[in-house]
Amino acid sequence: MSGTYLGMPSFPRAARDAVQDVTLRANLRHATHTIRDKRAKAVAELEDWARLREAGKQIKNHTLRHLDRYLEQLEASVTAAGGTVHWAADAAEANRIVADLVKATGQNEVVKVKSMATQEIGLNEALEAEGIAAYETDLAELIVQLGHDRPSHILVPAIHRNRGEIRDIFRKEMGSWGRAAPEGLTEAPADLAEAARLHLREKFLRAKVGVSGANFMVAETGTIVVFESEGNGRMCLTLPETLISVVGIEKVVPTWRDLEVFLQTLPRSSTAERMNPYTSMWTGTADADGPGTFHLVLLDNGRTDSLADEVGRQALRCIRCSACLNVCPVYERAGGHAYGSVYPGPIGAILSPQLRGIQSEIDASLPYASSLCGACYEVCPVAIDIPEVLVHLREKVADQGGKGHRVERAAIKAAGWVLDHPAALAAGEKAAARTRRLHPRTLPGAGPWTAARELPELPAQSFRDWWKKNRTNGKKNRT
Amino acid sequence: MSASRESILARVRAAVADAPETPEPARDYLTTHTPDDPAAILDLLHENLADYRAIVHRATEDELPALIAELLDTHGARSVAVPEGLPAAWLTDTSAEPRTDEGPLTAYELDAIDAVVTGCALAIAETGTIVLDAGPAQGRRALTLVVDLHICVVRAPGQVVASVPQAMPRIDPTRPLTWISGPSATSDIELDRVEGVHGPRTLEVVLLRD
Repeated sequence: MSGTYLGMPSFPRAARDAVQDVTLRANLRHATHTIRDKRAKAVAELEDWARLREAGKQIKNHTLRHLDRYLEQLEASVTAAGGTVHWAADAAEANRIVADLVKATGQNEVVKVKSMATQEIGLNEALEAEGIAAYETDLAELIVQLGHDRPSHILVPAIHRNRGEIRDIFRKEMGSWGRAAPEGLTEAPADLAEAARLHLREKFLRAKVGVSGANFMVAETGTIVVFESEGNGRMCLTLPETLISVVGIEKVVPTWRDLEVFLQTLPRSSTAERMNPYTSMWTGTADADGPGTFHLVLLDNGRTDSLADEVGRQALRCIRCSACLNVCPVYERAGGHAYGSVYPGPIGAILSPQLRGIQSEIDASLPYASSLCGACYEVCPVAIDIPEVLVHLREKVADQGGKGHRVERAAIKAAGWVLDHPAALAAGEKAAARTRRLHPRTLPGAGPWTAARELPELPAQSFRDWWKKNRTNGKKNRT
Repeated sequence: MSASRESILARVRAAVADAPETPEPARDYLTTHTPDDPAAILDLLHENLADYRAIVHRATEDELPALIAELLDTHGARSVAVPEGLPAAWLTDTSAEPRTDEGPLTAYELDAIDAVVTGCALAIAETGTIVLDAGPAQGRRALTLVVDLHICVVRAPGQVVASVPQAMPRIDPTRPLTWISGPSATSDIELDRVEGVHGPRTLEVVLLRD
C-alpha cells in the first residue's frame, strides 16, 4: 500500500493479500451467501423475531448490569451441584489453572470441543508447552489444526478451505496425530467426515480429560450449556472422567427460563436451523453419568475493561452466532484471517480491540475494517449496534494519536470546533458554495482514497441557508 | 477465596457503578407459534423431525414391539443397548442381543453395540427436538451417543409440546440433559450437510399414540 492513510495499517495489508486469492474469495462468497439466505428463511418462521431479539438484548443488558451478583450466584449453584469454580483474571492465569488441573489427573492429553474462549487465551499452545496434547475434535477445527492453520470463521472455522484442500490435509497429516486417513480417500464430504469419525473416535474412547467452553451458564441453577452439531461436543462432555470448562464471565444468564429466548434465536442466527442437532446441558456432576469431576474456569481477560466502556459494553451481549460475518461485505472479501484475532468479522472488529486494547497496529486498525453499512446490526440476534461501537472506537484510536491518526484527530477537533460555533460554520458553507467551481477533484494528502472515489459536489446553497430562506418564512406566514 | 475472584468482582462493580438500572426484561414474545391442537402439533413434530433427516414412524403400543424388531432388523443390528426402565414389552419381538447397562458398559463396549432403544423426556414440535434427561427408559448420555443407531420412542400427546417456551417449565435443569434435533451432522466442508460425524448416524423416531 502506498502510504498509510488515516491509520489503517494491519487490516488493509492483510486484507489486500486475501482479496487477491481467487479460491479464498470464491469459498467465502459461496459460504456466506448460502448461510445468509438460509438464515433469513429460518428467522422468517418466527413472527415474534423482533420481540425475541429485544428480550435477548434486555436479558443480556440486565445480566451485565448486575454481573457481580449473577457470577456469585452461579458460583454458589455450581459448587452446590458438585463442581469447582476457578477465577482467571487473564489468559496466563486461565492457562495455568487448566494445565495444573490436567496435570493433577496424571494425563498428558485432552480432547477439546470447539471453544472461542480457549482459542482466545491460546490454551492449546500453553498446554503443549507443558507437554500436554490438546486434540480439537470439531471437524472444522480438526481441519485447521491438521493444516497448521488458523480458524477464519466463528461457526465454520475452515470455511476458507474447499474439499480438495481438506482431502490433501487429511492424507498428509492424519497419520502423525493418530489413525491415518483411509487408503484412496476421496474429496466427497461424506468420505471426509467418515475419515474424521474414525480418526477421532479412538481418541474419544480413551479420553480421560475433556476441555470445553460454553454458550451459556445459568446463575439460578448452575447449568452449563453447549450447542453443537456433530456430537464431538457430547463426546468431550460425557465420556471423560474430568471436564474442564473455560467460559467468559459474560456468558452467564440469570434464570433457566432465559434460555428459552436464546434456544430460539441462536441456532436460527448461527447455522440457520430451527435447532442445532445437539445441545448438552449439565449441572455440576451427576451420579454415574458423565464426568465425576467438573471444573469451571471463569475468564475475565479484558471483559471488565469492555464492561467499563458505556458504548462498547454492548459487545459483551454477543452470543457468538456469527450472523454478522455472513452479511458483511468486508468479511466476504477479506476473510477471517485478515482480522488478526480469533474473533473475525464485524463482531471481531469491536470485540478484539476492546479485549486487547488499541495499542497494537492491528487493534488500532480493526475499527476501520468496516464500511459502516449496518447489515451486521440488522441481523444481530441481541441487537448489538456494531456500527455505533466502531465509530466510538475510531474516536478512541484517533484520540490516541500515533502514525496516521494525527491528521484525523486534527480534522475531528477542527470539525468539533466548527460545529460548536454556528457562525463559523455558516461562513464556511457560504465560502464553500461560492468557490465550488474551484474545488479540486482529489483531496491533498488523501490520493489513494480519493483516487477511487468521487468527491461530492457542493450545492450552490447550504442546507442551513435554504432552511432559513424557505422554512422560517413559511413558519412566519402560518403564525 | 482467590485474589482473582475478588479483583474480577471489584472490577465488575467499578465498571457498572454508574450504569443506569435496567428494567426486568420484557417477555412479550410468543409462548407458541402453533395452534393448540394436539393432532396439528404432532404433525408438525413429525414434519420437522423428518426435515432434519430423522426417520419418523407412527405406531400404537400394540404395534411397537414388531416395529422395533423390524427397524433393528433393517439396519442389521444384532445387539441392542437397553437403558434401565425400558418397558420390557418393547423388545419382545426382536432377536437382537439385549445389553443392559450393568457394570456399567464401558465406552469401548458401547462402541461394539449396534443399536440403542430409548424413550425420552419430552419432544418439541416447532424445532423437531427430542429432550433426554437420563430418566427412566433413557439411560446415561453415553448410551445414545456412542452407539450408531438410535431408536427413540416418543409418547404422544403426553410427551409432546409445541414450543421451546412450553418445554422449559417441564424440564428439570439439574438433570444431565441432551437435546437432539436429527442425527449428528456437520456442514463444515463447503456447507454440504453430512449426517453422522461423531454421534449416531441414524435416528429413528417412533411417535407412539397413547
